[in-house]
Amino acid sequence: MKRVYVNEKWCLGCRLCEYNCAFANSGESDMVKALRKKPVRPNIVVESDGDINFAVSCRHCKDPICVKSCISGALSISDGAVTVDHNKCVGCLTCVLVCPYGCIKEGEQGAVQKCELCLNNTAGEPACVKGCPNRAIIYEDRG
Amino acid sequence: MKEYVIIGNGAAAAGAVEGIRSADKDGKITVISEEKHHVYARPLISYLLEGKTDPERMLYRPADFYEKNSAEVIFGDKAVSVDPKARTVALESGKTVSYDELCVATGSKPFVPPFEGLEKVSKKHSFMTLDDAEALANDLTPDSEVLIVGAGLIGLKCAEGILHRCRKITVCDLADRVLSSILDADCAAYMQKVLEDAGVSFMLSDTAVKFDENSAEMKSGAKVRFDVLVTAVGVRAETGLIKDAGGKVGRGISIDSRCKTSLDNIYAAGDCTESVDMTSGTEKVMAIMPLAYMQGRCAGVNMAGKDEVFDTAMPMNSIGFMGLHCMSAGSYTGECREIKTEKGIKRLYTEDGLLKGFMIIGDIDRAGIYTAMIRNKTPLSSVDFESLIREPALAPFGPDYRKEKLGGVV
Repeated sequence: MKRVYVNEKWCLGCRLCEYNCAFANSGESDMVKALRKKPVRPNIVVESDGDINFAVSCRHCKDPICVKSCISGALSISDGAVTVDHNKCVGCLTCVLVCPYGCIKEGEQGAVQKCELCLNNTAGEPACVKGCPNRAIIYEDRG
Repeated sequence: MKEYVIIGNGAAAAGAVEGIRSADKDGKITVISEEKHHVYARPLISYLLEGKTDPERMLYRPADFYEKNSAEVIFGDKAVSVDPKARTVALESGKTVSYDELCVATGSKPFVPPFEGLEKVSKKHSFMTLDDAEALANDLTPDSEVLIVGAGLIGLKCAEGILHRCRKITVCDLADRVLSSILDADCAAYMQKVLEDAGVSFMLSDTAVKFDENSAEMKSGAKVRFDVLVTAVGVRAETGLIKDAGGKVGRGISIDSRCKTSLDNIYAAGDCTESVDMTSGTEKVMAIMPLAYMQGRCAGVNMAGKDEVFDTAMPMNSIGFMGLHCMSAGSYTGECREIKTEKGIKRLYTEDGLLKGFMIIGDIDRAGIYTAMIRNKTPLSSVDFESLIREPALAPFGPDYRKEKLGGVV
């Protein structure tokens, strides 16, 4: 299946991916409206290691420990993508406790939030990748 | 065609069903469920009383789970004995179910000490099951004074869940702190305070010794009036079936790394078992829902004839009260590195060059990176641990690790 992969040599650290992610998941049609005067809570986060930058988002693991650990049954695998049912999640954060990559976070409305590859919002494909100016993140099938 | 029988219908049982079906699409699966409910998320009963979920949303697996997995469920019947030679399970109803491979996932039952006068209390409850929660809710009025005996995970979650449904809650515990099984005194103090600020009263290092219908006499001599009593002292693993069948049982049913019991063709998973804690090397009961699922799944795969090992069990908990989160994992041994943060405190324990355990109050973001270091036995010499102590991140793992994890399929 297609996932988001990182090429850290090319990452400028511009954080556009973070803004595009937050916008795509905001439910708003206007980026300014979506992000202005609000804390940006993206599902992809740019980290730095000295001069190197790289963007981290859910790996959509083949055998995801978050799904196996979810106590409410809110996390599940849908065609390979790890998705969260916001209606079922009670925000216990057990998934945050087990994700090896730190890719699930507390959401604003009680449920957790995570990358769903923009398959469940209007973007339809990862907005972070689409907006990356330097192909430092790519969306492709590597098995 | 193999016949699989699973005794129990919780997370471990669901794991066993999914484990079996990952390896055997055709075998016959029978689930024996004492409760009359579809598999649901038991720890969510406090959220149910809080109004944050409902029985439909509490389903641990979708409504068509059994159907999709071709599993037959016998609801409202109880396994009373197992005959490992004849490979049969006898049920309370008189029925007998035969198996080729059996998984015991009987969970645990509340342990209620023999308090003097307890029989005089008419409104008393445990807090384990959906039925318990509904019965408790029925006894509560906005004027109720509630006494909860036990300041562990169950007692405190119950307190949070019913806070808006009653007038007064007192929680007592013989331990000198709340959540004594997972937190040290300093960390526990944060959790106690947030509950006190919300209106819960505590009587610690003290417990009820004698009851009348509406009052408890405490060890300290104090008297506590109540309308409704909740006992949340602890739980006991349901080991009877395996013990009576001659299997190895300690505080839980003893299982190996394949989740097999000492008896042929019998596996066990979840809260009824004891297994090796990878962080201490000792065998213990670790009654935690994620482990229940993972053990159940491992058992199921092995029952279906494949060979799977689950050897990374460790105690771990994520729990929050009034918005303050607390996470813990592993063993609290070796050197302690402590950081005070804006919202709370973080304590990491290292030994023999490995991270062995942690407690975090408040700043729990990305804590799973720590848990994975424990699980993977990541040598601290291979990472920038000083940076990780401050903030869990992937940068301190170096470029090779990142290339593997962020550039490949994991």
